[in-house]
Amino acid sequence: MNTIFFHHQPRLVATGSIAGPKESEGIVGNFADKTLKDDTFGESTYEKAECKMLTFAVRKAIENAGLTERDIDLFVSGDLLNQIISASFTARDFDFPFLGVYSACSTMSESFALAGAMIDAGYFKRIVAATGSHFSSAERQYRYPLELGCTRPPQAQWTVTGAGGAVIAAKETTSSPIALTSATFGRVVDYGITDVNNMGAAMAPAASDTVVKHLQDTGKKASDYDLIVTGDLGALGSRLMKDLTWEKGVDIQNNHVDCGEIVYNVIEDEFQGGSGAGCSALVFNSYIVEKMRRGELNRVLFVATGALLSTVSSGQGESIPCIAHAVSFERV
Amino acid sequence: MTGRNRENYNKNYIDYVNSFSPPTKHFKNCLHAFGVGGLICMLGQFFRFFLENVFSLSGDELAAGTSILLIFLGTLLTGLGVYDRIGRHAGAGSIVPITGFANSVCSPAMEFKTEGLVYGLAAKMFVVAGPIIVYGVLAGTLVGLIYLFL
Repeated sequence: MNTIFFHHQPRLVATGSIAGPKESEGIVGNFADKTLKDDTFGESTYEKAECKMLTFAVRKAIENAGLTERDIDLFVSGDLLNQIISASFTARDFDFPFLGVYSACSTMSESFALAGAMIDAGYFKRIVAATGSHFSSAERQYRYPLELGCTRPPQAQWTVTGAGGAVIAAKETTSSPIALTSATFGRVVDYGITDVNNMGAAMAPAASDTVVKHLQDTGKKASDYDLIVTGDLGALGSRLMKDLTWEKGVDIQNNHVDCGEIVYNVIEDEFQGGSGAGCSALVFNSYIVEKMRRGELNRVLFVATGALLSTVSSGQGESIPCIAHAVSFERV
Repeated sequence: MTGRNRENYNKNYIDYVNSFSPPTKHFKNCLHAFGVGGLICMLGQFFRFFLENVFSLSGDELAAGTSILLIFLGTLLTGLGVYDRIGRHAGAGSIVPITGFANSVCSPAMEFKTEGLVYGLAAKMFVVAGPIIVYGVLAGTLVGLIYLFL
């Protein structure tokens, strides 16, 4: 059993989100709390910009929940940069305790699962879970300098510049109808993909594994969910995931959507779509949650996917181990 | 899954992924590389004529002058944020000529400037170009040795 059930049904109270310039042109542009025209956000470096975006998302989530910083008991966050500096430096600006997590691009769902579990257990009343990423800081850490004139392969994805976060709180403290009902912690799955430009193919097996396991553990059918949202598989990865899940006897053709696939109007070099921790954080905490709030979606399985590689491991020829955590959200 | 089984399984998955993956457009990239690379070389030839006729340079001076102008141009376009845009559509056409080398030195220098002039800019300046220099010198030495004994 990889799934935990939240018997006290902690609630998602409110979200905060911020989108970079390229992201704002896509669907999240209409839903994010703030859209940036300048990807440095007025800062001198991209790392500082990433940190400022994450701080914005946290503050906005607290504000949208009608709370103040003093009401928050814990902050769960992580990001893609070495030593999760964006999350830690964001936490520096606040008085509440901080729990740093790393799960690459699946940080958002891991944070939600941890926050949900701790509130369900009664340890805390209100927790902020947030994460973000920045194209330029990720590019510099994982790939090449920005100005280097190289061609991007057609399997490549584009790291999302953006951040998103949410306040998760105990049922009795809020009237929000969106509840966290269960969470499935993923296994690390590695099918031997070594191409760092093909993250979608590397992560698809992990996503498929977690979704199938979640459905087995909960006894639900895929059709019980209005939407199964994966994090950043991209167009190619989504297709592979659908096939892999189909092979295991589960049909998600009609209700699966991938944040990476929908985040951009692909016009330039985004090819397969968005990626990065900010991808699922931004899309889920703006677009998806708003749809749930309006009642257009009632049951959503959020499965953010992460590639657990580093430049050292890929330099040494290791394949890419991947993970996916699932959290189920329901209107009650 | 361990040992051989796992390898077989991996191979099946990778083959399966490859059957889906959008193929790299080799022919189109080659064509672009030919065009852009050719244009850069033509520009070099133009610089050469210019230096030869206007400044009456010749021999090594002429070759060095041409290289300097091309390196300057590559660096300038990198600084203006234009070179990576050219590179994106040029296949390898903008990487192979000396302007590409200038770009590969200049771009990390710009990128890592935020970490200081010594440990950032200067130390990281050759992260991309370093291997080109190492293996360039090595290949040059080997060819030189062969040439010596022939």
